[in-house]
Amino acid sequence: MAEHHEAHEAGHMTWRGYVLIGIILTVITGVEVAIFYIPALAAVLVPTLLVLSATKFILVVLFYMHLKADSPIFSRVFFGPMVLAVFVVVGLVILFKVLPEYGG
Amino acid sequence: MENTAAMPAPHGHGEPAHAAHPPTATGLSTWKLGFWIFMGSETLFFGTLISTYMVYKHESVTGPFPTDLLDIPLTSVSTFVLLMSSLAMVIALDGFQRNDRRMGLGGLMGVIILGAGFLGFQAYEFTHFYHEGLTLQTNLFGSSFFVLTGFHGAHVTIGVIWLLILWIESFRGRFAVTNEHALKVEIAGLYWHFVDIVWIAIFTLIYLIE
Repeated sequence: MAEHHEAHEAGHMTWRGYVLIGIILTVITGVEVAIFYIPALAAVLVPTLLVLSATKFILVVLFYMHLKADSPIFSRVFFGPMVLAVFVVVGLVILFKVLPEYGG
Repeated sequence: MENTAAMPAPHGHGEPAHAAHPPTATGLSTWKLGFWIFMGSETLFFGTLISTYMVYKHESVTGPFPTDLLDIPLTSVSTFVLLMSSLAMVIALDGFQRNDRRMGLGGLMGVIILGAGFLGFQAYEFTHFYHEGLTLQTNLFGSSFFVLTGFHGAHVTIGVIWLLILWIESFRGRFAVTNEHALKVEIAGLYWHFVDIVWIAIFTLIYLIE
């Protein structure tokens, strides 16, 4: 049966591992939605959601996209532009929302 | 139980069809490296669209506004559907890499169905917003929202079509589960997971953070 298969490459998971990651992703999404509806958590809503979202992102990239086991070159060519994209988002939001006298 | 669905491979029955890595300067598949570079550029593309939405979402002079329309329970379900499609994709790839054609085909079909389901949710959402008076021209929220989620939906649509073609080719047996075919599925899978992680960001930044 499929569960008897071993990981086909060093570092790649079995399908059971993939299912476990899927369950974790589902639970995190449920937690995200749940805390959205809890007024008491409004003060920490944004940082909590960002951490949970980043966790989901990292789980998919490392395990489903196999960056954990693949060549580090792939990580560099992907995360390099991604860090730049995060700077773009943060920079524009700061410029237009926090310092509107400069951006607006 | 032995895998009865395994296809004969050039290197022997039942032997895993690992991704082909032709001799290159890096020792890596140039297709795969090029695709990772492409996805890196796509992060910048979606980064600009997300930042545009975040800058403009509360700048609309007239309604409807985000809080009037965004349906969190509905979008949570569509997010779950897309996450499960990523799970199906990685199981499909695992099947093809092990020469388990039935697992590969089943997984791919799962991704196609779930991807189409996600597009159905998006079509419903867009139609609902339209009937509530939100169009591309209505206000800044409408313009930035439809451009961002529309481009993401277009990526999902391309992914569904791509995977459908791969499924048909695999089903017809046009390709044995060779190294080349496994690599094709792997690259399509990378694209699909990328679409998923973009949605992870969109769901949090656009729907949950007000």
